Parts: sequence; C-alpha cells; structure tokens
Amino acid sequence: MTTISAASRNVQAGIADTRISDEIRVVGMVWERELIRYVRTRTRIVSGLVQPVLFLFVLGYGMSGLVGSTGGFNFREFMYPGVVAMSVVMTAIFSAMSIVWDREFGFLREMLVAPVSRTSLVLGKTAGGATVAAAQGTIMLVLAPLVGIHLTPLLVAEVIGLELLMAVAMTTFGVFVASRIQRMESFQVVMQMLLMPMLFLSGALFPLNNLPEWLTVITRLNPLTYAVAPLRQQVFAAQNMSAAARARFPTNVTLFAHTLPIELELAIVVVFALVFFVLAFRGLSRTE
Amino acid sequence: MDRREQHLDGTSPQAIDVHGLTKRYGALAAVKDIDFSVGQGEVFAFLGPNGAGKSTTIKMLCTLAHPTSGQATVAGFDVVSRAKAVRRHIGLVFQEQTLDDQLTAEENLRFHAVLYGVPHAQIDPRISRVMELVALSDRRRDLVSTYSGGMSRRLEIARGMLHTPKVLFLDEPTVGLDPQTRALMWEDVMRLRDEEGVTIFLTTHYMDEAEYADRIAIIDYGSIIALDTPDALKASVGADTVELETADDETALAALQREGYTVERNEGGLTVFVADEEAAVGPIVSTVGVLVRTVRAHRPTLDDVFLHFTGREIREQHGEAVPMFARAHGARRS
Repeated sequence: MTTISAASRNVQAGIADTRISDEIRVVGMVWERELIRYVRTRTRIVSGLVQPVLFLFVLGYGMSGLVGSTGGFNFREFMYPGVVAMSVVMTAIFSAMSIVWDREFGFLREMLVAPVSRTSLVLGKTAGGATVAAAQGTIMLVLAPLVGIHLTPLLVAEVIGLELLMAVAMTTFGVFVASRIQRMESFQVVMQMLLMPMLFLSGALFPLNNLPEWLTVITRLNPLTYAVAPLRQQVFAAQNMSAAARARFPTNVTLFAHTLPIELELAIVVVFALVFFVLAFRGLSRTE
Repeated sequence: MDRREQHLDGTSPQAIDVHGLTKRYGALAAVKDIDFSVGQGEVFAFLGPNGAGKSTTIKMLCTLAHPTSGQATVAGFDVVSRAKAVRRHIGLVFQEQTLDDQLTAEENLRFHAVLYGVPHAQIDPRISRVMELVALSDRRRDLVSTYSGGMSRRLEIARGMLHTPKVLFLDEPTVGLDPQTRALMWEDVMRLRDEEGVTIFLTTHYMDEAEYADRIAIIDYGSIIALDTPDALKASVGADTVELETADDETALAALQREGYTVERNEGGLTVFVADEEAAVGPIVSTVGVLVRTVRAHRPTLDDVFLHFTGREIREQHGEAVPMFARAHGARRS
C-alpha cells in the first residue's frame, strides 16, 4: 500500500518538476541576456556595420562601373537587399557563436546544470540572436536613401519580418555549429569556411542565374538562398523599376525549372530552421 | 515508513545519504562503494589528493554523472530518478568560474534566480540578502569583469545560495585564492550555515581548510578511508604531547609521575601525553619543580592524520607526490 502511494506521489512530483510558466521565464531571461550583451558591446554593433557598408559602397561602386545600369537601376541597388541580409546573417551567427565563449568562460555550465529544459535554453538563445540580428539588419535601412532605394512603412515591416525569419534560421544553424565546437580557436576557421561561402552562394551579392551547373546545385542547397530571394523580391516590388531592369536583375529562385513562389521559399526557410533547431538541441544535449 | 518512501517524498532527515555509491570509467573505478551521510546544517568536507575521486563523487551527488551502482539521495531526492528535483534544491559552486563577466553581479544573480524558478516577488529581496551575506552589496551593479578573483568566487557562492538550496556544494572552493581571500570566503560560508541553515558539502585538498568542517571524510583511490570530526580524527592518530627539556629530567620525571601523568623519557628529554596540550603546559611546568629549558606542545594535525591513514603526505597540486599521480595516470591509460 505504501509502495502505491509513494509511486503516485512520485508521478505527481514528476509533473510538478516541469512548470511551463517557469520555462517561459527562462526563455525570456536567456533572450534578455543576449540583448543586454548586444547593447553593451557597441564595438560589435559598429563592426557589424562596417563590413556590409564596405561591400555596399566599395564593391558596389566597383561593380556598378563594370555592370553599368539598366533603366536607371544599377548594381548597388541590386546588392542592397543582399547586404542587409549579410548583416543579419553575420550578426545571427556571431550571436549564436557566443555559446563557444560561454563554454570557454564557464557560463554555459551555469545554464546547463540548471533545472530547466534544453529546449528553453535553445529557444531563448534563438529568440535573442534573432532579435539582435534583425535589429542590426534594420539599422542598415538608414543606408537605403544613399543607395536610391525607396522605403515605405509597409516595406519596412515586411523587411523586418523577413529578417526575423532569416535570423531565426541562421541563429539555430549557428547554435548547432557552436555546440559542436569545443575550442575558441576553431571558431574563426569555421566562420571562414561556412559563413563566406554561404553568403557568396546565396545570391546576396550577385545574381544566381547563368552560373555553371555545379555551382547552381550548391546555391540551391544553401538555405540562405531561400531567405535572400524573398527579401530582394519585396524590396524590388516596392521600387519603380523598368521591365528591362527586372529582366537584368532577376530575383526569383528556380528549382527543377520551376520558379518558386515566395510562400514556398519561406516554407523552405522554416523547414531549415526547424531542422537546425533539432540539431542545435541535440548538440547541446551532448554536452555535460 | 520505509527508507525508500522517505527518499521519494523528500523528508529524509539526512541532507545527503549515500549507500554503496560506485562510479567506473571503463576499467578504472573512480569511486568504489562509498557510504556516508551528512546531517542538516552540517559542514562536511571531502579531503583527498587530486584524482582521489572527490570530483566524481560531487558530480554524482549533483546529478552531473550517473552512478555505476549504489544509491544516493540529496535533500531527500534520489539523484537518478529525481535529478531535476535534486538540482532545484542544491547550490553549486564549481572549481572554474561560471559567471558572465559582461553582465553585472545583479544581472548574473537575476539570471540564476529565473533559471532556478525563484518566484518573481522574491528575486530582489533575495539578491539583496545574498549579496549582504558575502559582503558585496556595494558592488551589486558593477560588471563582473571588474571583480577580483576572490570577489568572483564569493559572488558565485552568493549565487549558489540564491534559490535557498538545502545543500550547497563547493568543489575546491578556494583553489587559486590568496590566504586572506580564503579566510574571507570561509567567513562567508560559516555565516551562510549559521544564518540560512544550509548544509555544506565541500571538497578540498587543503588540510587547513578541512579544519573548518564539522566532519571530514578522507578519500583516497576512490574509497573513504576515515570519517570523523577533525578532533576525533586527530585523536585517532595519537594524543597531544608536551615535550620538555629540564635541568634535571630524573627529578622532573618522578614529580610528573607522582601527579599521575603518563611520561616517556627519551634522548632529548621528556614527552608527556595529555588530553589537551594547550591547557596542560601550565600545570606541567609548575609540577616538575626544576628549571625547565624548553617546552614544546604538539597536537596531531590533519597532515599527521592523512599520513597515518594513507602512509604518505598529501601534497599540493604541483605534482610532487609522484607515486600518487603516476598511479592515477597509469590506471586511466589502461
């Protein structure tokens, strides 16, 4: 009899072991920490701006001379949405990679030994990284007039939404990679080996049409391709572009000779994000 | 009520209860079949050299490692079946720092409070309280990166106490701290025990540190080889002694024996065996009745205790104790 009562009490206690409201608070706290750290390191905000600006104005001007303009639309305007995406991606990955720092400085342990679920920790980290990355991407919008891109309130809202989705996918990807990296030295190497190819082969910096077959295959396997295209489509849709310019700078992604609708592109990003989330969760569960 | 049920509902009178706890890593048994229990509010020290099994034991008790066999309850909860409940009721201070130094002390504590489910209304008063306990109230809003090593460690102890745990685990809490900071930290720990009634379980390889504990378990090669209060452990090694050199040992010996002292005569002089060396020196000197040249009182130290039980001295981590380390490494490699 005592055994039964003890067992049932155990079950009740087991349910009480996980309190949803506590887990939500944890997600919020991890998110808040990312924001505090982002706001506190101003150098990071500035350096996060420098590289995209360099690409936009230096490379952009250089390439504009080569490519010329079509119907009053030049290469800088083409690049602009890609450079916004670039700053989102870099901030998201950098934010996720801070897990490597947390491991080095021990704070990861403080989180992992706490009586909370790993899901909450990864969710909080993802939400934090995504918020910070979208903020960084939104700061880039102040450059729009300098490039000749017209912004409307609706477009800004759409861009922020797309930035968030892109940032979520990239943060979960970053957390997954970071959870597999044990040492800080490996971080730079992995950054260079993954981040730059992903950016170059996403259509962010040049159009993906007319690439050799093998390169085309790689671009279609790159999750970022499906996040960059919708951003550019929405930005271009709000511009007053000639038909010639639209033909010169295509925005659509084709897969097996089909042009993907924006909904499908976004769905693909969501699927990638979910897969990376599971991988990130698994990666963190292996630790400790 | 049988023992099992006590464990399940968290009302076991012992803060820590361990039976036949064993941890193997392949062929190496890091912890072999240890038994002990720690009462509520006790300060309990695990003393032993590096590689003796201290960290492995603490990891099992904190649910960070699964026991190979045996049973352990902490705060009344089984460390395997109720791991999450155990974690909520313990505070942990690791050997290495686990603070975010880009956050302020307060932010670190707030983060911890949320992780451990401290109710919202209690977070602020609780932060004030623990910062007071470790005497860091005036540095509450400073970034942890501006803290010294000792302050960080004390902040970690404060954090470990934030969610009012039943048991606070300190793994080598004073490694790398200077003697002054160590003394300060111990003041903090004792204050915690007295004011919050928390049970403290610590591991150390410093003899003088183990002295602070109510009871000490000496662990070596994964087994507990002695467990008692510091005084009882020292007493088990031998009595206190007072050594005398006098102008006339013969007369002094006779005088002392008349008074009922146990005295031994040796080359250098006389050795008197007493219960308490400090209290005995005065009466002895006035009893001998002859000129006393030198007096040396000696009480066995924990070094003597360790030497007695293991046949060798405990050494610092610099690898001086060659046989000990050679064996530990060899075992791991095989």
